[in-house]
Amino acid sequence: MAVIELRQVHRDFQVGDQTVHALDDVNLCIEAGDYVSIMGPSGSGKSTLLNLIGLLDRATRGQYLLNGEDVTTLSDIAQAEVRNRQIGFVFQAFHLVPRLTAAQNIELPMILAGVAKDIRDVRVNEALKALNLDSRAHHKPDQLSGGQRQRVAIARATIMQPKVLLADEPTGNLDRKSGQDVIDILESLNARGITLLIVTHDAEIGGRARRQVHMLDGRIETDQTSEVSHAQP
Amino acid sequence: MHNRDIGAFAWRALTGYTTRTVLMLIAMAIGVAAVVMLTALGEGARRYVAGQFASLGTNLIIVIPGRAETAGVSPSTLMGETPRDLTLDDAMALTRNYRVRRIAPLNIGSADASWKSRSREVTVFGTTHELLALRHWELAKGRFLPDTDIDIASPVCVIGTKIRDELFGAQPALGQWMRIGDRRFRVIGILGSEGRSIGVDVQEVVMIPVASAQQLFNTPSLFRILVEARTREAIEPVKTFILETLKERHQGEEDVTVITQDAVLATFDRIFTALTYAVGGIAAISLFVAGILIMNVMLVAVSQRTAEIGLLKALGAAPRQIVALFLAEAFLLSMLGAVLGLLLGELGSMIVRQMFPTLPAYPPGWATLTALLVALATGLLFSLLPARRAARLDPVLALSGR
Repeated sequence: MAVIELRQVHRDFQVGDQTVHALDDVNLCIEAGDYVSIMGPSGSGKSTLLNLIGLLDRATRGQYLLNGEDVTTLSDIAQAEVRNRQIGFVFQAFHLVPRLTAAQNIELPMILAGVAKDIRDVRVNEALKALNLDSRAHHKPDQLSGGQRQRVAIARATIMQPKVLLADEPTGNLDRKSGQDVIDILESLNARGITLLIVTHDAEIGGRARRQVHMLDGRIETDQTSEVSHAQP
Repeated sequence: MHNRDIGAFAWRALTGYTTRTVLMLIAMAIGVAAVVMLTALGEGARRYVAGQFASLGTNLIIVIPGRAETAGVSPSTLMGETPRDLTLDDAMALTRNYRVRRIAPLNIGSADASWKSRSREVTVFGTTHELLALRHWELAKGRFLPDTDIDIASPVCVIGTKIRDELFGAQPALGQWMRIGDRRFRVIGILGSEGRSIGVDVQEVVMIPVASAQQLFNTPSLFRILVEARTREAIEPVKTFILETLKERHQGEEDVTVITQDAVLATFDRIFTALTYAVGGIAAISLFVAGILIMNVMLVAVSQRTAEIGLLKALGAAPRQIVALFLAEAFLLSMLGAVLGLLLGELGSMIVRQMFPTLPAYPPGWATLTALLVALATGLLFSLLPARRAARLDPVLALSGR
């Protein structure tokens, strides 16, 4: 079953008296557990597409089905709930709350969801161990390296066990080595069943995905599914 | 989201931005402290005036011979056209009511007082032993006039400290015989109280039994009769009783004036209560200003933390949760600021009390409570707008930092 299905989605922005078509009649269907990279030059609409899938943005026209359910018409509160439980975000700029420790940052989605404190502690500890961050649990973001910060962000994105993980240039602010680590972690999460979408303009990283979507001027140019996936160990 | 988690998150936000938090705390604290201190001053002034009146005597009714037909009590109406004298018998008649606790007749005159070679002119009060309790005076030494029948003219006197200093100097005055007018009196007590009575400094007064004063000044008439009612509520009935009794005794002629300090006191009370409210209102404006300051700082906080708000939205925070987080922050700030302000205000009032011991500058309870509530209310009210703005932020723009 398709976890994400976009039907004739348009997203228009009003810039002055000009209308910019950031997304222009996009149709996309992503199966559960898929590994998709979205590539294209800047301004091609790839980030807009990701925001729309992540329910941070609303389509001007068209339909978006998440797990077969139409989420375009949901209220703000219901959309927030969907973001909380079904979608994880990883950003280029990490977006950790600077005054909170690594553990507290990871805990945040569970606090918003109203998970009890003792359950939260257990899950945060598991996540810290899984991502090799145990020793950094009580460090603030400014005491962490870029790679560690992104690992904290990944832990936070996956703590609610979402079906879909959206990564917007996750290696953009990292050196090669840490970038490689982050990609490895994301791919291992995908191997365990999470649907992974990576927006990137790095062809090398984009080329690793099983399915590669190229965008240009708000349209999907090419959409290839390679038989051999680099993601498999 | 649990309340405890909201609180913890807000608390971390406060401790995370120390400068902002301290600035807002100061603003709030000064507002609250202003309310507390200004109302304390107003209340202190009110109590001071009330205390001054109370030192004249509690539930006091003053009977003056002559009817004040025109404007109140002037010496000419008191001394001059008196149709009938107030006599000691009149005074005794006034004790015959259960609502009257005590009475003290008063005769005032001026005479030369001397001891050995020293002499000076003094004001002489002719009265009874009841005056001491009635006027809340205290003795420094010896005893007050003896509790004998009202018409016994014993040759004893009680003098003020200033008289003692001037006539006796460093020598012991108690037991000495001094001369007042053409008679001799033995000093049996020295007044310790401060204060003024009917425009006379009690330290410059010599007190003798009322019967002795009548002989000394050769007059049967009294200057005043002071009556103390048992309770505040008894004042009016006692006033009526006095007027009726004296009318009966003066052949149906209502020829005395009865004044109570109560009316005057009530007026002062109203004036000072109004003053305290007004001052409290002025201070409340400073709280309002603090509220606006909180709004500004909260708005700055929202724009500083756009990325964080965008992130919270991406992580699944509903608009209401974001409003709750910011309001919790404002609540904590206002609460801490208000408590700090209360402490500051109490401290300030204490300093005022230390500097001016006669001014009982205690902040009234209602002011403290109101200051606390107004601080919380303005803090929350003025944070509503910034919190709403935060909740409405577009997460995409917020996250991109634009």
